[in-house]
Order: sequence, then structure tokens, then C-alpha cells
Amino acid sequence: MVSDYEKTGVITLKDLEGQIPPPERFKKGPVAIVECTQEIPCDACVQACHRKLLSMKNVISLPILDFDKCSGCAICVGKCPGLAIFIVDMCKAPKGKAWVTIPYEFLPVPEVGSIVRALNREGEDVGSAKVVKVARLSKDEKTALVTFEVDEKLAMEARALR
Amino acid sequence: MAVDLRIKEHPILEFKRGPKVKIYYGRKKIDAYEGETVGAALYAAGINVFTRSVKYHRPRGMFCAIGKCSSCMMRVDGVPNVMTCVIPVRDGMRVEPQNCFPSASHDLYSIIDRLGFKFPAGFYYRLITRPRSLSALYLKLIRPLTGMGKFPTANRGFKPMTKSEQRETEVAVVGAGPAGLSAAIHAARLGCKVTLIDENHRLGGQLIKQTHMFFGSKEYFAGVRGIRISEKLAEEVKQHENIEALLNTSVVGLYNGNVLGIVQGNKFATMRAKKVIVSTGAYEKTLLFNNNDLPGVMGAGGVQTLMNVFGIKPGNEALMVGAGNVGLIISYQLLQAGVKVKGIVEAVPRIGGYFVHAAKIRRMGVPIYVSHTIKRTWGRRRVEGATIVQLDDRWKEVEGTEKDIKCDIICISVGLKPTYEFLYQAGCKMKFISELGGHVPLRTKNMETSVKGVYIPGDTGGIEEADTAMVGGKIAGISAALSLEYGDKEAEEFRKKAIMELKELRSGPTSARIRSGIEKALIEEG
Repeated sequence: MVSDYEKTGVITLKDLEGQIPPPERFKKGPVAIVECTQEIPCDACVQACHRKLLSMKNVISLPILDFDKCSGCAICVGKCPGLAIFIVDMCKAPKGKAWVTIPYEFLPVPEVGSIVRALNREGEDVGSAKVVKVARLSKDEKTALVTFEVDEKLAMEARALR
Repeated sequence: MAVDLRIKEHPILEFKRGPKVKIYYGRKKIDAYEGETVGAALYAAGINVFTRSVKYHRPRGMFCAIGKCSSCMMRVDGVPNVMTCVIPVRDGMRVEPQNCFPSASHDLYSIIDRLGFKFPAGFYYRLITRPRSLSALYLKLIRPLTGMGKFPTANRGFKPMTKSEQRETEVAVVGAGPAGLSAAIHAARLGCKVTLIDENHRLGGQLIKQTHMFFGSKEYFAGVRGIRISEKLAEEVKQHENIEALLNTSVVGLYNGNVLGIVQGNKFATMRAKKVIVSTGAYEKTLLFNNNDLPGVMGAGGVQTLMNVFGIKPGNEALMVGAGNVGLIISYQLLQAGVKVKGIVEAVPRIGGYFVHAAKIRRMGVPIYVSHTIKRTWGRRRVEGATIVQLDDRWKEVEGTEKDIKCDIICISVGLKPTYEFLYQAGCKMKFISELGGHVPLRTKNMETSVKGVYIPGDTGGIEEADTAMVGGKIAGISAALSLEYGDKEAEEFRKKAIMELKELRSGPTSARIRSGIEKALIEEG
């Protein structure tokens, strides 16, 4: 059976069932969302996590995250070659809002405080977003980690910005 | 103002350009930077039509950009049929188009293309023979219009090739990509004297244009960008006293399994090697559609070379054909270079590449059309647009589903094919295995072919990835060293471990085809 994302390249929350943290987890602090659904030979995230919270049976299996211990430090976000890991934080953001951290590899890198458009997994404009943080894992690292603030209901939708 | 398509700012890359030089294209003066190739400099100056084809005088521009096709062949400093995409610029260089009059962009002879219906087999001068008394004259007039340029003129820097010395080495490695570099390093670490040969002016093969982070495991640089991997490997090769690297050098033949013919500029030499590791990699396949030779239709890898090696914006709007990993990754890199990607067309009903690569371009708003193919492209001297069409489950075009897409580059990424010719010439037993990309030599699990002492790590033995190429290189390098009685039990253990690693890397569902292909290509040792 060919699942839909193999045709469209767009994953749905249904495809991610079991891989994403349960709803009550989001109340406890930031957490990584690993949107990796295909068994490919890669274990970069397992190597990246300082606290060894991501595990794999072998190099081709899917990563399993220990949700309860994850602090959403975003190191794996910058290290995933597939740019498939995101951080969702519903605690630090004001009420009704959520913070989403994405890896960003385009120019210009948005400035903190600027208002940008949030895009969903299909590249559709889903609303406005405010950039709250731009970080890099190290000075030479080219992938920027951009955190933006969106409506709470977009926390699991917004995955890119323009 | 003169056109300059060079990229000034890039999210991942910094382009360090050499000193400015001037080259001449016909009568036009063109700015270039040292380290660029002639082809890249012309492209950056906005020249689409480099030259004209033989027979029909159709426009020809850049296609593969890495010296594997004949699309950009021009007359350079009086020498005809020079691949301008690999030859570096030099101040005052004279580049001329071939097979055209008065210039490549306005060629009067291109009328022959319009009269194509009259000459179904091409413009063939022997068809015009009457009256017989004038046939010698016709021959003299018509033949220059059809052939492959004019003869070299001795007074323009052309020197005939001279035979030079005979060289010797223990392990010769042909091709300095991920497999070759890894093989050279591992053979040298065990004590072999290694000669690494590559026809480019830089080590790294196609790694030097891979700006994305690699998959794989830690030992093979997971999460590291390809460009950094190539820097690391090249550094080790340069540091190692056992390795001699010959760049700008072509290997033209392998005789008796141990004598290589090598050409360096105008010099020819023979090299006797005890073991030969062939890691020549692969080249891009192309696709049949109407007008597929129009400048602007390029191999996706060629586009990647232009934008990531030379920092040249290949166009403004692109259409990608093929949604394998190469197509998906390069679409993303086009976006990074500031090119709008209008869509990705894939004939198969599912995306061939890794899902995560598809996801990251989908969320930037690039559509992927599965079960679609490209029907034709149009434009006068450069692609101006393309028509795509839907395919049904029997691969037939569905009528009425044609869709026109405006674009100025069409990137073809419909798969790669091993560069096998050299091994065929060397006498290796070959087999056509579609899972591995085409004709491949049979090999043992230690990467040795049916010709003793010849090893084939990397894409030469079947199209895979850089990480499997690096492990393959390791296996081949250690095997060559072991058979020369370098190394000990420990090295043998190390090789065993590498063979296991390779097996693990190929164990996923996405590698099923590779596994079955490799099985068909395996031979027993001895």
C-alpha cells in the first residue's frame, strides 16, 4: 500500500501517530517533534542528543524519543540532515500562543521581532508569526534555528516561514 | 551593464573567487575569475548558446558541467572540440564556437534544422552529387558545415602530444571522489605507496557540490555537509606521505590489469601499478522528449555544479524532472540559490527519494507532480517553458491533462549510470543490472573484479550513496593492501567490520533494489 505522503511528500498527524508526544506532555515544557517516518540509514539525531534520549535499534530504524525527559534544547533540530525535527513549546509562549523552532537555511535569515508568514507542510500560508529567537549551534554552523510565535492551534501545523 | 549571474550571498556557501581575468568569446570580452572553468564563465556572462551541433546546427549550451558529455565542446586557443566545462580559464584565452556562421546565437546554417524533413538522416553531403563534375566542389563547400570543427592551427598554442616517462606505483586509484579518497587513505594507512589520479583540478569528486548534511552513521560523517566531508578527506590525502595525487590527469586505458595509460596536458605516460582501484563514479542519464537538447535543459548535477561550485545562478525559474533523492535535494538547493522551483515531475506514482527531502521542499511551496512526465519544451535559443502531462497506470499519456509551465531551466534527474567503459576495456566481466543503474562489473565481496587486482568501490559498481561509497573505498583499499602483504590480522578484522557496516547500511526497505542488484553482481573469490 502506498501511503499518501509517498505520493505528496506531505505528512499528516495521522502518519505520525505514536511518534509525537501525547497532548498532556506539551503542558510540561518544550519538546522535540521528530517527523521521521521512513526507515533510512541515518542515526545523526541519536549521535546529536547529549542526554541520549533518542534511541534506535540499528542505523536504519526510526528514532524513538523519550518525551518525558526531553527538554527541547534543539541540538537535534540543527543536526538532523533531513531537517525533520522541530521543537514545540507551549509553556514559554503567552496564553493561546505556541513557540515553534524550525531549522532554516535560506537568506535572509529573519530578524528577532519581525513578523513573517507561517507555512504549513504543504507550503500554504496559515497565518502570521512573530520571530522570537534566532540561534545557531555554533558560529560556523550554517543552519539557523528560528523560533517563531504562532496561534496555539498552529503549533502542529506551522513548519516553515516566508 | 554586462550580465553577471554570480551569486553574492548564499545561506550555506561562501564563494572565494580568484583574481579577475579576461577571456574572449568570439569578439566579445568576458570577465572571469581564476579557478572558474571556461563554460562556467560563459554561463555567468549570460551566454546560453555556446556553440552549434554537428549536422543540424542546433543550439548547444551547458549540459553536464563535469566533463562527461559533449554539449559544450568548443574551439579553445585554436584547438577544436575542447570540453569547456572542465578547462580552467586563463587570461587572454580565445574561445570560439564551432559549426556556425556568423555566430553561435545567430547561425545562418541553422536553416538546415528547418529543412530537417528533407534530410532524415542528418545533413549528409554525399546526397548531393549531381552533376558529377561539380561534386568535388560541393564536397569542399559542404563538408565544413557538417563536421566537428576545423583542424587545429599550430600557431595558436597547439602542441602535438609527446610520449613521456614510465611511472610505477603500488596502488593506483582512478577517481578522487568519496570512494577513491577513502580507498587511497585506507591503503596508505597500511603502508602502500598510492597514486591518486583525477581529471578535475580539485579532490573530492561530486562531494564538492553537496551542500546538504549527509545521512549515515557517525563514522561516515552523519549530519555533516558533503562539502566538509570532501575537505576533511582531501586534507588527509594531502597530509599523507604515502599518497601522491595527480590532478588534471586523465586515465585513458587499463591494459593487462596493471598498466594504466595516463594523459596530463600534452604528456602521455604509462603507469605500472600492482593494484588498481577504479572509482570513476557515474554520470547522469537523460530523457527523451521533444526539444530536449535546447540550452537550459541540463543535467541536475550540472546545475548543481554551476550554483554550488562556481556560485552561478543557473536561471530564474526551474522545472525538475525526477523526484529521486538527487531531484529533491537539488530542488532545495535551487531554492537556496534564489531560483524559483516551479515543480517536480515524476513519472512513477510515488516519490522515489527519501521522504524527509520531499517534505522540506513541499513546505516551501514546491509542488510535486507524481505520475507526470515532461512532454516537450519550447524556446528559441533557450528554454522558455515546458509542457507536462499526466500518465495513467500503463504509462500512457492522459489526453487533455497537458499543462504548460513557464521556466528557463529544466533539470533532468532521472537517475545515474555507472562510468563503466573503462572497466569494460580493461576486460572485466560485465553484466547489465538495472537495479545498479546499468552495466556493472562483477565483483567479489572484497570489491575485486574478475580481472585480478582491479577493485571497484563506489558508484562505478552500482549507483548508491556517498556513505556506502566511503565504506566501499575502505574495503577496496584494505583489500589491495592486504594482497600486497601489508597489514596484519587486525586489518583483516577491520575489513570484516567494514563489510558488516556496508550490509547494515543496505538493510533498510529503501535499499531493497540495491540488495537484489548486488546479489546478481557477486562472484566468488579465487
